[in-house]
Amino acid sequence: MSSIGTGYDLSASQFSPDGRVFQVEYAQKAVENSGTAIGIRGKDGVVFGVEKLVTSKLYEVGANKRIFNIDRHIGMAVAGLLADARQIVENARDEASNHRLNYNSPIPLKHLTERVSLLVHAYTLYSFVRPFGVSCILGSYEADGPQMYMIDPSGVSYGYNGCAIGKAKQAAKTEIEKLKMKDMTCAELVKEVAKIIYIVHDEVKDKNFELELSWVGDMTGGRHELVPPNVFAEAEKHAKEALEESDDSDDDEL
Amino acid sequence: MATAPLFRTEFWRNGPQPGSIYNFPGGKTKPDLNPMKRTMNPTVTGTSVLGLKFKDGVVISADKLGSYGSLARYRDLTRVMKINDTTILGSSGDYADFQFLTNLIQERVIEEECLNDGFGYTPLRLFSWLTRVLYNRRSNFNPLWNTYIVGGLQDGEPFLGYVDKIGTAYQAPTVASGYGAYIAQPLLREAFENNPNMSLEEAAKTIDRCMKILFYRDARSLNKYDLAIVTKDGVEIKSSIVSETNWEISDFVKGYE
Repeated sequence: MSSIGTGYDLSASQFSPDGRVFQVEYAQKAVENSGTAIGIRGKDGVVFGVEKLVTSKLYEVGANKRIFNIDRHIGMAVAGLLADARQIVENARDEASNHRLNYNSPIPLKHLTERVSLLVHAYTLYSFVRPFGVSCILGSYEADGPQMYMIDPSGVSYGYNGCAIGKAKQAAKTEIEKLKMKDMTCAELVKEVAKIIYIVHDEVKDKNFELELSWVGDMTGGRHELVPPNVFAEAEKHAKEALEESDDSDDDEL
Repeated sequence: MATAPLFRTEFWRNGPQPGSIYNFPGGKTKPDLNPMKRTMNPTVTGTSVLGLKFKDGVVISADKLGSYGSLARYRDLTRVMKINDTTILGSSGDYADFQFLTNLIQERVIEEECLNDGFGYTPLRLFSWLTRVLYNRRSNFNPLWNTYIVGGLQDGEPFLGYVDKIGTAYQAPTVASGYGAYIAQPLLREAFENNPNMSLEEAAKTIDRCMKILFYRDARSLNKYDLAIVTKDGVEIKSSIVSETNWEISDFVKGYE
């Protein structure tokens, strides 16, 4: 990077002469080292998929999950430093819980995203803290349908129909763009999500990974849950078959 | 003629007596030195809650009345609550305290659900926690003015417990709070002892009989109640049950005209 050695990169509270905050950019780099996470908003819900890289065979299966429940109706998929992510999750749960206490209703995702963004952004403003090395996708199912937002380390957030963060976000985005997600149900999307995670996984650089799938929508009664084992197995099978097919056709071309 | 004293007997003028509190000039007078007071009586209250074990689970019932003193102020309050698929809760006493605790429990249940680690509230865990909360509150002279009946399935077995506002707690196959402890408890015990393996229908019928008798004899009751049922299939809350009453003998009551 051209910025190395030019100074202005030790503090989050100082601009560089060309108007950048390097600490925030480094945080974004940290996210890009992490396994890919994607979220797709369909017509009856949101589906999350995570490529959880397993760096050691000694870990228990299912350790270090990267999809979290925030409230009954809200889920979050994260990419980046897991320890940082857990702090964001804790904050989001507090916000959701406080909203329930104060207003006796589940928090609208729009409000939650705004509050969590505020926290993430606050950590880009001071010299004595570092920004969160985390991007997170939030999804929910509400009275007016499914909602999905993404927050990045700078603290900006937008609503999305399809969204990818982490290592292979570019490849994943091109795959997501091929889908007509607005007309698709979660049952269909969960297969696509699994497929995309398998496609973008780089076997050469990262050997082992676990697929994580969750959804929130009509089929779960508005609750965010990990997809049930039978749906998971089917989606994973679909993904592996699709991958093998494309490998075969690749071989044909050669 | 009175002679002025050679020296003043008082220590200073315009000040407080020695040992008393100084009044600051400018409005604010004596600081309030009364002992701290707390509300020590309930406002809107619910009457009896009944609980009964049966073969496959537990039922808890409570009528829908919210009394304001002796005034029948609210006629559509719910005093039984589903905690999760294996746990239910009923409350008599101060309704505001029940709502407060309801919110607290709900918050904690969601917190547990979020962790998704296979653990959650069971009847025994909730009962145990309630016991601590209520005993702690009474120890701070600030009790939650309720009696709670906890029911559910604990490791597949029916569970029924009672905790009151001073933290007294016990488990029993039949429990009743408030006026029901006097009127309904003997009837529930008799029914249970005669038939410890009641079906749901028999249990519901026993409860209905007790609720009806309570309606006849308890001046703070209403002939409309909720019945919460836990079985292995989950929780069902039957709402606003009205049982048929018979007032034929009321003509014989004299002297209250």
